[in-house]
Amino acid sequence: MVPFGGWEMPVEYSGLIAEHMAVREKAGLFDVSHMGELELEGEGALAFLQRVTANHVGKLVPGQAQYSALPNPQGCPVDDVIVYRRAEDRFLVVVNAANVENDFAWLQAQEPAGCTLRNRSDDFALLALQGPRAEQVLRGLTGTDLSSLGFYRFAEGEVAGHPAIVARTGYTGEDGFELFVAPDAAEAVWTALLEAGKDAGLVPAGLGARDTLRLEARMLLYGNDMDETTTLVEAGLGWIVSVDDAKGDFNGRAVLAEQKANGAPRRLVGFEVVGRGIARHGYPVSLGDEAIGEVTSGSYAPFLHRNIGLCYLPATRAAVGTDFDVEVRGRRVPARVVPTPFYKRPR
Amino acid sequence: MYPEEFRYSKDHEWIRADGELGRLGITDYAQKQLGDVVFLELPDVGRTLAAGERFGTVESVKAVSELFSPVAGEVVEVNSALASKPEVVNQDPHGEAWMIVVRVADPSSLDGLMDAKSYAAFVEGEGR
Repeated sequence: MVPFGGWEMPVEYSGLIAEHMAVREKAGLFDVSHMGELELEGEGALAFLQRVTANHVGKLVPGQAQYSALPNPQGCPVDDVIVYRRAEDRFLVVVNAANVENDFAWLQAQEPAGCTLRNRSDDFALLALQGPRAEQVLRGLTGTDLSSLGFYRFAEGEVAGHPAIVARTGYTGEDGFELFVAPDAAEAVWTALLEAGKDAGLVPAGLGARDTLRLEARMLLYGNDMDETTTLVEAGLGWIVSVDDAKGDFNGRAVLAEQKANGAPRRLVGFEVVGRGIARHGYPVSLGDEAIGEVTSGSYAPFLHRNIGLCYLPATRAAVGTDFDVEVRGRRVPARVVPTPFYKRPR
Repeated sequence: MYPEEFRYSKDHEWIRADGELGRLGITDYAQKQLGDVVFLELPDVGRTLAAGERFGTVESVKAVSELFSPVAGEVVEVNSALASKPEVVNQDPHGEAWMIVVRVADPSSLDGLMDAKSYAAFVEGEGR
């Protein structure tokens, strides 16, 4: 167990690599109840969210979710979030564990009008069932028609007899579901899922595998790969920045629109270590003799059998194929910019 | 669990003496603490090590751990096969996953290390 965002979290159950491979090839079950849930309700909720998020909330129909961020006026994320539209005027914003209090205060300071902001984090446990066999495992435990539930869609239903929001979302690069249930139902749902998934090869998976899975899929970790000093465009998240007129103005729009149109001075790139060594978070990065920055995420990639990572490079020297060095405990190890995502699931 | 004929260090290395030679590896406790081992850095043959000197690195997916020689001596053999199959460190830490052989400078220095029983008690203390 390790402390993470104020929670005690299991790093691994049966072994990180076994769990990672189970999610890629069969299925894995994660307890991600540490994630926070903020609710916005009221006729002004949509307009408020348009002002404080980067993506176009107006495109969501009830039952649809969207990856987004809460930018500051400099276009840098206070957090990255998923916005769930539960009804015309009711939204759930899922935020990172370590940022719950900060996000709540940030949103409150933006003066929500015509809506109520509530921290519902204590009302939800969150289980993530991920992997190519996730639908097969969940099918027998829910009345929700999973075959018609598209990517980033959700339904309010039940799982194993307990009320649940069943969302087709995740942080692994695989098909799968995130299940919001009441905290006192979490253990029963967890147990029922593991039982139902036994023959399919479902295993419990920990924080360690979650991190390697998300990195292979080039999903970013807030606080490592982006923070309040990196703009969304620099982080490669221009695709969640909407400059649509219908969305209107929002925090950081001017900076982000300019960078979307003309490019940002630096860019988060994916790299592969071509020498011998594992690049890890915080290791120094240099281009020639010039110190450039640090590895933001780095690991051995269990499915790919390669040592991969992410780091910021000057935009003019960030093309695929660019060679640079990562300093591994005092030793310079060659690395090369590669296309991302490192891993893309077969469809 | 911990072979009787080995001696053990507080850094969780084992050493098996055979005449003036000592074979070194990391203990089962160490590999369990690390998790899946995916990378090793071992010294070259011929290097002279002081007692307690860092002689390499073992890395799991999540952690980096330094290797320290429990005795002074010269490296006379390196298990280079481990580089291509680091998972052996998890599978057989006290056997196939030996890391180096050193010519021990002072065989009596092994007397300062723990025997199997003391080491078992030592790791039990660490777990609490």
